Amino acid sequence: MQYLVSVIDDRTNSGTAEEMREITAFNERLVARGHWVFAGGLAAPSTSTVIDNRGERPLLTDGPFIESKEHIAGLWIIEAPDLDVALALMTEGSRACNRRLELRPFLPPPTAVDRSEPS
Amino acid sequence: MSDAGDALARVHRDEWARVVATLARRFGSLDIAEDAAAEAFAVAVERWPTDGVPPNPGGWLTTTAIRRALDRLRREQRRDDKHREAMMLTDDSPPDPIGAVDDDRLQLVFTCCHPALAMEARVALTLRMLGGLSVDEIARAFLVQEGAMARRITRAKDKISAAGVPYRVPSAADLPERVGGVLAVLYLAFNEGYLATGVESDPVRADLTAEAIRLTRLVRDLLPDDGEVAGLLALMLLTEARRPARVSADGALVPLAEQDRALWDASLIAEGHRLVRERLESGESPGRYQVLAAINAVHTDAPVADETDWWQVVALYDRLTLIDPSPVVALNRAIAVAELDGPDAALALIGPFAAALDGYHAFHAARADLLRRLGRDDEARAAYDRAIALAGNRAETEYLTRRRDQLG
Repeated sequence: MQYLVSVIDDRTNSGTAEEMREITAFNERLVARGHWVFAGGLAAPSTSTVIDNRGERPLLTDGPFIESKEHIAGLWIIEAPDLDVALALMTEGSRACNRRLELRPFLPPPTAVDRSEPS
Repeated sequence: MSDAGDALARVHRDEWARVVATLARRFGSLDIAEDAAAEAFAVAVERWPTDGVPPNPGGWLTTTAIRRALDRLRREQRRDDKHREAMMLTDDSPPDPIGAVDDDRLQLVFTCCHPALAMEARVALTLRMLGGLSVDEIARAFLVQEGAMARRITRAKDKISAAGVPYRVPSAADLPERVGGVLAVLYLAFNEGYLATGVESDPVRADLTAEAIRLTRLVRDLLPDDGEVAGLLALMLLTEARRPARVSADGALVPLAEQDRALWDASLIAEGHRLVRERLESGESPGRYQVLAAINAVHTDAPVADETDWWQVVALYDRLTLIDPSPVVALNRAIAVAELDGPDAALALIGPFAAALDGYHAFHAARADLLRRLGRDDEARAAYDRAIALAGNRAETEYLTRRRDQLG
């Protein structure tokens, strides 16, 4: 299964050089053990734009869709056979990046449903 | 009730967890397992009275439940993930080896008690999936609306399936930390059975206490060297041993000091004492459950209440205070101190906890008893009133009301 891991932060650009080294080492372990799918850091929430094109014309709004004290500063997508493995990995990840993490499963891929439709 | 009715009640108690656990392992879904088990019991209710009880009721129920589950999966085939389903339909593989104990129910225990679930959800799921309690019964036990409890259980089951909570006993390395949560859940389930909180429910739920003990025995088989597992089992056995003396013929709670000790179960006490001695001889520093078990061992050692070794009880509470310095422990310690140093000393000890324990009926009941012994009847009456208002159980209310009405 795949899990989205959100990095929770209340500051921006707060990563230290030491944290970056730890994160890189952790990422290399994820790759080596076959859990790596994707990872990346995000720019400050103030740099985001909300797009709404459900109406007659697209509406763009400056800033994030939700204002809160904490925000998502980065993310991992990992592959793990079950929650216990994912939790063990990201317990290590929280230590490496020195932040709280939220782990959330992806829904199963939609391909299986598509295949079951009559052709 | 008919023979078939009796057999059904007994089989439900004995086999529910086994049927659900077998189905959950095979189909990897608590929902499928629970629905199919419930359907199988419904079929039994219909057929056993006329066809007779099958020679192996548990096996009959499991087979029936598996057939029902397969029927349901086949019906839903078009909508479901074919690959996963194909695995389910053909999976005849044996369960994963899990060491000394190979029991589907134990896997179910660890799944229901997964640390990624909220504590209240763990207890509710364990009572539902392993204890076979209805949602309504669990809701009443925890004083919440049935709908709210149903949502809590559904949400927990959804999380187990969507988040990939594995259906297995954790590996040896993860066991010690996972077992603490399991013990907490089993102890809560036991306590709920020993003093049911539902106003309408029986004051004592022997089915629940028996289930909690059975599951704790399973965990002990798996972890024979874990002191806290042994401690919890001993604590449950020594508590359970007193159950027959705990409610009077007219349904009022009988406190420890007034219980007819001849009614206590001697074999459970002997087993509990054996476990406590075994832990003492280990020389390891005891945890919370072991100290609680030791306190209960002192109580059950006294042939009459007056011969209780209160000095030892207080010493054990001192030890417990170091592990768990909570207001509830302080209250129980004070009750023991009252036996050594008098009710005045105990009242002084619980004074500082009055605010923290104000919503706890046992605090007001204990305080009422101490005030009564001091002849401060008006204050005692007020404390009894408060305890009665907070008590969740009829037997307890009966006892407290009687005590209040005996005041001058």
